[in-house]
Amino acid sequence: MTLSREALINLILITLLAAVPFVALGVGQPFYITLATRIAILALAAVGLNLVLGLGGLVSFGHAAFFGIGGYVAGILAAHASSGEPLLFGLAGSDQMPVIWLVTLILCGIVGLAIGAVSLRASGVYFIMSTLAFAQMIYYFAVSWPAYGGEDGLSILVRNQFPGVNSMKPISYFLICLGMLITGLALFSLIRASRFGAALQAARQNAVRVAAVGISPYPIRLAAFTLSGMITGVAGALYADLNRFASPSMISWHMSGELIVLIVLGGTGRLFGPVAGAMLYVVFEFALGGLTERWQFFLGLILLAVVLFARGGLLGLLAGKARHG
Amino acid sequence: MAETVLEIENLVKNFGALRATDGVSLDLRQGEIHALIGPNGAGKSTLIHQICGTLKPDQGNIRFSGQDITALGVAERVRLGLGRTFQVSSIAPEFSALRNVMLAVQAKQGTSFRFFTPVMRDRSLTEPALAMLERVGLAARADIPAAELSHGERRQLEIAIALALESKAFLLDEPMAGMWPEGSKALTGFLDGLRHEAPILLVEHDMDAVFALADRISVLVYGKIITTGTVDEIRRDPAVRSAYLGDHA
Repeated sequence: MTLSREALINLILITLLAAVPFVALGVGQPFYITLATRIAILALAAVGLNLVLGLGGLVSFGHAAFFGIGGYVAGILAAHASSGEPLLFGLAGSDQMPVIWLVTLILCGIVGLAIGAVSLRASGVYFIMSTLAFAQMIYYFAVSWPAYGGEDGLSILVRNQFPGVNSMKPISYFLICLGMLITGLALFSLIRASRFGAALQAARQNAVRVAAVGISPYPIRLAAFTLSGMITGVAGALYADLNRFASPSMISWHMSGELIVLIVLGGTGRLFGPVAGAMLYVVFEFALGGLTERWQFFLGLILLAVVLFARGGLLGLLAGKARHG
Repeated sequence: MAETVLEIENLVKNFGALRATDGVSLDLRQGEIHALIGPNGAGKSTLIHQICGTLKPDQGNIRFSGQDITALGVAERVRLGLGRTFQVSSIAPEFSALRNVMLAVQAKQGTSFRFFTPVMRDRSLTEPALAMLERVGLAARADIPAAELSHGERRQLEIAIALALESKAFLLDEPMAGMWPEGSKALTGFLDGLRHEAPILLVEHDMDAVFALADRISVLVYGKIITTGTVDEIRRDPAVRSAYLGDHA
């Protein structure tokens, strides 16, 4: 079988992303490694959101909640690991990334189940508002929690560790994030092609039809929402470790909006939509941000152009309409 | 007498002051096609919604293969074997015809909570789905996105989906609507055979099809069933003629 056009573009995108830090090292501009790492992490967060938004057609305006929870898990566990104080129930902190990710997955799974169970009772704009409300509740909770920095956020003194890797080295940390992004993409791709993915996508296209073959859309959507939150949560943990800082702004609604923007820019429901979107977004932010403080005005114009003239985002423009089996 | 599969008892549904379903009782027996006819606004759609579970009746019971299903939701009724087609075709437009039927096969097989096996490589899904498309004469169009199918082809696709569910009874809501004469003729022949697999409650405006197919006909007028009988009885019934058939019969 020959490579489809979309697969080829995907391959180019991921190769490009993987190559940037090495080129940056070669020309002595290590700053670009951080930029590429940021792209990989934001892309992973958006891969999570793409599961509910792209496949499920559910516009969650509260995914910053998961992103922030991941960030605070990284920050809080690290703080306890360095101070030696036990956490809740006498559990010890940890500065090991795999432990942090596991805790993030569990916590985001529970929170995702709770938010989803309530929000998915509603649909359309009420679903959007409900997810937003939950995320803002968590935001204000973080802001008003002085033990973990409150409004000032929570610093991570030394980046958490990954077994066998010096995570403080920018290129090593980039590779960890790239590895997680590829894992997230593989998971998304498997789910999209599976029975679960078929039911989820059919429920977006026609929920009445799905019920009329005997599949209740609600549990399918709830599972997707939960999984989606878990993936975005891990991205949050990575993001906090990149900046060595867990900030309440990670939970604010701006962040939720940013993730939606990434997906729309790149291509809703496309496997590499989040990657293309994150690349565009971060490059715009960097390039336009260097020229003018009002770069978001220009981003707005570009977004408008995408919504009006290129509904499929960058991938839709390059690879044509999405085809289902 | 043949066994009763679907039994509707004294169903009542009010919308404000309007009594859209007014004490309807009706049954569907093994091996038959029972047609439900009535002029526009008679309450056929409201009745169908209650049988499918999208509307809850204010009073009355619906029993299906011996079980009271009045309180069950849409998906639960389908899982028990009550299959339906829609008045306006209801399909997943981005999916190919094949994938639309595969979704039904998947639902029939049980859980959709399987995350890792690609459906397109799962022959337990693709083969039965293709067989159903063949039965309705749509196999050549299997890979076409449902949105690009013609109106008649979508009606065929809906039947294929209902077949894939291996339903114990079919509720067909105007399957002939908008079809070309050759199309409805072919479909009439197909339904004629289908009744031996599972009985059909047929709501239809195409009187030629109804008279050709129905074992029994019930006539719904203003939310009430004014009479139930064989084709000949209905043709002769003066109340039916004045209420509905006009000079057609």
